[in-house]
Amino acid sequence: MSSLSLFLVVLLTGLTLVIAGLGIAILLAPSSFNLQKGEPYECGIPTHGTSWMQFKVGYYLYAILYLMFDVEAIFLFPWSTVVRDLGVQGLYSIVFFIVILGLGLAYAWKKGVLKWM
Amino acid sequence: MLSNYSQPLEFTKLLGWLDTTLKANMPEVWANLIEFVIVAVAFLTAYAVIALILIYAERKITAFFQARFGPNRVGKYGIFQSVADMIKILLKEIIHINNVDKFLFYAAPFFMIVASMLTFGAIPFGKMLHAVDFNIGVLYVTAVSSLGIIGVLLAGWSSNNKYSMIGAMRSGAQFVSYELSAGFALMTIVVLTGTMSFSEMIAKQEFCWNIFNGHISSIVAFVIYLISGHAETNRGPFDLPEAESELTAGYHTEYSGLQFGFFYLAEYLNMFIIASIATTVFLGGWMPIQIHGLDIFNQFMWYIPSYVWFFGKTAVLIFLSLWVRWSFPRLRIDQLLNLEWKYLLPINLVNILVMVILVLSGLTLTDLFPSLF
Repeated sequence: MSSLSLFLVVLLTGLTLVIAGLGIAILLAPSSFNLQKGEPYECGIPTHGTSWMQFKVGYYLYAILYLMFDVEAIFLFPWSTVVRDLGVQGLYSIVFFIVILGLGLAYAWKKGVLKWM
Repeated sequence: MLSNYSQPLEFTKLLGWLDTTLKANMPEVWANLIEFVIVAVAFLTAYAVIALILIYAERKITAFFQARFGPNRVGKYGIFQSVADMIKILLKEIIHINNVDKFLFYAAPFFMIVASMLTFGAIPFGKMLHAVDFNIGVLYVTAVSSLGIIGVLLAGWSSNNKYSMIGAMRSGAQFVSYELSAGFALMTIVVLTGTMSFSEMIAKQEFCWNIFNGHISSIVAFVIYLISGHAETNRGPFDLPEAESELTAGYHTEYSGLQFGFFYLAEYLNMFIIASIATTVFLGGWMPIQIHGLDIFNQFMWYIPSYVWFFGKTAVLIFLSLWVRWSFPRLRIDQLLNLEWKYLLPINLVNILVMVILVLSGLTLTDLFPSLF
């Protein structure tokens, strides 16, 4: 049994769990119709307007920063497995790489991206 | 080396016997199919049972932290409380809300469960009890576990509810930030062991756990991994996406019945997954405690089966997570993001470089005292 086929088995298991669970719940659970039931829960009083609107930009800036460092992580993972063989050369090149990204973070920090307003 | 000791309670023989009997008695396709079904059933059972035990354990331990009794009505010491809860949640009506984005609303639980199930499949529970054993295990786990956040964002966005929306946005920013730290902390250990495969990592920790092997750097990485894992699962002082006193229930406010149950299930399983990955990577996984040269001691340790070691170490980490949860007040979103971006991430980047220096200059414990390990 290879890991790839087992991966597919686990994926199907997860899907089966949700589908079978919802199936059982729909079969067993009671259901009744009431107009009031479909209203959004929120806090009890009728909701005001839609919530699909423009949202605070702060979250978005963090997402962009994340993208930068996540791509770095993708580059670092293969490097980290062979760093013993690369020796000092590998250390120098990665220090250079990390310093450049660190400068990116420092720039964002100085520009006030990390400050919550 | 490993097979020298007698291991009476391991599943190795049983699984090997099952494999050979099936392959001897029927065509290989059918044998494989039956094995796949066995694996699937085993995973479903383990998933449900672990979640039930965790829910019970959390309620009981929480109660003791708060000087209460906790559940004590259903069964002796309330041990069947979570079973009763599960049956109750199966029997609840799934309420369909007006004005939601239907497709995304119903798709969100799939993402949560499938992401946690895929990660769950890659955990080595014991000797031979390891389903998805990729040679890039660490990368696979970090990649797949981050699918869960898609479920959270979909749930929050599609609910058309301000609480859900705020909860999902907070959760997104938090998960995305802390995932970096978790990934870099694991990478520190990849530098130490030189492999990304979980099984090879465990084999290398036979006499010296990674947390001791890389001393300073490993301990820093371990602490950072625990903090960021804790934050990724939206628990403890980092539970502001579902801060019940301000956001009702966060991103799953509008879900009812079993759909809510799936979010609940995935949350508990994620807690287990974080603890078990920390166990595997830092604390030697299912490997018993052994001392080089002391054969009698090692033999006694091997009498305790590997899955008991694994679940024991994981349980300690889960208890730690509960302890943290009830000891610290909730953070604010800006404090939370500051902790990650201004402290953990820079420390982590420096920590990786320190680990590289330790490895290259032969300062790890196994390099310093080769005769002991």
